[in-house]
Amino acid sequence: MLGRTANGLYWMFRYIERAENSARLIDAGLRMSLTRSEATEDDWDGVLQSSGVRDIYDDLYPNLTSADAIDFLLRDKANPSSVMSCIDTGRNNARMVRTALTRETWEATNECWLNLKSTLARRIKPADLPEVIDGIKRMTGLIRGAFHGTMLRNEIFNFSRIGTFIERADNTARILDVKYYVLLPAVSQVGSSIDNVQWESILRSVSAHRSYGWVYEAEYKPSNIADFLILNGRMPRSLAYCYDKIVSNLGYLAREYGEAHAAHATAEETLSSLRNHSIKDVMDQGLHEYIENFISHNNRLGEEISNGYRFN
Amino acid sequence: MTKKGITPLAFDEMMNADNSPRQPYSTYNDWYAAQDKARLIAKSREAENIFRKTGITFAVYGHADSSEKLIPFDLIPRIISGREWRKLAQGIEQRVIALNAFLDDIYHKQEIIKAGRVPRELIERNVAFLPQMIGFRPPGGVYTHIVGTDIVRTGEDQFYVLEDNARTPSGVSYMLENRETMMQMFPELFHQNRVRPVENYPYLLRHSLASLAPPGCEGKPRVAVLTPGIYNSAYYEHAFLADMMGVELVEGSDLRVIDGKVKMRTTRGYEAIDVLYRRVDDDYLDPLTFKPESALGIPGIMDVYRAGNITIANAPGTGICDDKAIYSYMPEIVEFYTGRKALLENVPTWRCSEADSLKYVLENLADLVVKEVHGSGGYGMLVGPTASKKERTLFAEKLKARPANYIAQPTLSLSTVPILVNKGIAPRHVDLRPYVLVSDKVQIIPGGLTRVALKAGSLVVNSSQGGGTKDTWVLED
Repeated sequence: MLGRTANGLYWMFRYIERAENSARLIDAGLRMSLTRSEATEDDWDGVLQSSGVRDIYDDLYPNLTSADAIDFLLRDKANPSSVMSCIDTGRNNARMVRTALTRETWEATNECWLNLKSTLARRIKPADLPEVIDGIKRMTGLIRGAFHGTMLRNEIFNFSRIGTFIERADNTARILDVKYYVLLPAVSQVGSSIDNVQWESILRSVSAHRSYGWVYEAEYKPSNIADFLILNGRMPRSLAYCYDKIVSNLGYLAREYGEAHAAHATAEETLSSLRNHSIKDVMDQGLHEYIENFISHNNRLGEEISNGYRFN
Repeated sequence: MTKKGITPLAFDEMMNADNSPRQPYSTYNDWYAAQDKARLIAKSREAENIFRKTGITFAVYGHADSSEKLIPFDLIPRIISGREWRKLAQGIEQRVIALNAFLDDIYHKQEIIKAGRVPRELIERNVAFLPQMIGFRPPGGVYTHIVGTDIVRTGEDQFYVLEDNARTPSGVSYMLENRETMMQMFPELFHQNRVRPVENYPYLLRHSLASLAPPGCEGKPRVAVLTPGIYNSAYYEHAFLADMMGVELVEGSDLRVIDGKVKMRTTRGYEAIDVLYRRVDDDYLDPLTFKPESALGIPGIMDVYRAGNITIANAPGTGICDDKAIYSYMPEIVEFYTGRKALLENVPTWRCSEADSLKYVLENLADLVVKEVHGSGGYGMLVGPTASKKERTLFAEKLKARPANYIAQPTLSLSTVPILVNKGIAPRHVDLRPYVLVSDKVQIIPGGLTRVALKAGSLVVNSSQGGGTKDTWVLED
């Protein structure tokens, strides 16, 4: 396989994952502004920070309003992580690797793009937002479904999956990083309504507000939320789950190619740290430090994969 | 001619003057008569959706906002009888053989120049002539691996070659997708008519390319398609062909010359390519030899080529044979190399570089089509009969300023085939591009791409100018 093709697959799936995550972040932001009586502009600050685009926003808009923030996260071409930008970039990568995709996967991607290009051609009215966001999640879900249902489980599949999970891990880690203070026992006033909304918003950002209750006691507890998002191996957006998938996909590549790279050691090291620590260890080390460290390792892994498999 | 330029006498390939169907269309016509027209219109929209969904698009340069366009597809097939096809195919084969012989001669002994049949300056001062090819013979002696000969028809037995596309002819993906779409939408038609298959084109192409592997190839030849990338107007076709052939689709940035071979960067390291089907123009192929600023090419590939370690299809420098100025010499060229008169006619052509011709062209601009010698895709041409007086005056100035840049031809009364319109069917002018593969043999795919002008009376069929396409059937008879 061409190094450029592996690179294209990796980024195609990173961007599709990111589009879905951006939609989910907007969803969580909207929800929070509905459930709170006070001014909500600060909540959008958290959303923009989680998406890593607060600086770009400030360059473009004089002040923070929810309408501008939503538009910026949804459609702004100047925001590389807006849903439209992600789908655009993802689909461009898909065109580049067209020969590696099944017809179904390509068509689902192309239809998502065609659809959003017309839906997001103009500003979305607040009343239409829930439907638009649902549509985005549905269409990215269709891409995933076509991909899983039709793609051969070969190196093409592996590079795509690695892209998905590196992006997803980055996303979950960012959400935690922006909101880590909400989870700190020392600072939080346990049980206050503000905290409940904040905690729920964290879970909502990763579509886990329902499944949390299936695993832990119904009441929100900061250390349980952190455990769920970081260490729980059954939660599909947790750091542990993402790394389990990254390590297994890298493992397939190593067996098929008969050689391992620096990336393999890095990914395994991260996974074993996620497996061998309790949430108490993490909290003791300092949640913020732990996550910062994770994000930088995750980035390094991306570079090592790119070097090892000659992406460029 | 009427004002619109449509000739009342244009030969219609489907219907006779008495409104009975011509023989190749008789079965189809019965089927068509029994169709619910509203359903056909709905099918037509369905076809468009299939194309859009699949991403069968092309880019029109200079339209930033609409960078990906669909080529309109008309669902009434263009049908050619077996007898008509055999005659055409013989003519095309003869012509393609002559083109290769001409190229070999031009880059070696130049006997045709010595014999005084083609002027020396026309070759040697031509930008499409590549001195780097002098004295070099590509593997198998094949220069034009893939040719798309543009043919127009004016009557029952009158066919003309309009252009010999011997560089990188495009459109073959439309031939294949049009057929695929027709078979999906109207399977019954393919039971009722014995239509010769075109679907094996990718298979034939791959084998044809692999059979011309260079002397330096070890083991099974590795074929790749070279594309300028996703922003190229024909990118869809490049990806489609690579996909259908099961070969890599590479860009210049994937390739590098290592140890005298062209190698591609794979996830396992660099691996050699033996045959490169390039969809990149000569000028951009090798920045060390041609345009130094080219980012699309591979530095040093020409050295590898000349050393016999890669096959480039089509060979660099083939543009010299399909140049519009050379075109007017094709009857002589065919006769010179095949020893027989050309089976297919050339359209009479005035070379504006010649003073007498220029005078004639300027005086008769309203009746002629004037084309740029190096133009393609319908850009920069004047269709005299449909142009406004102002357009003709402006064009005359361009013509006087650079006469050698132009040739002129009479406006032929191109044949028509009906297209589906809201009120039923209506005749529109068409041309035909059959695809030809050259290896140790010449294979002509039965059918090709029929391009159709969608505006009533228009003679311009180019997709970049709003033309559409049709499925093209060659019947088994």
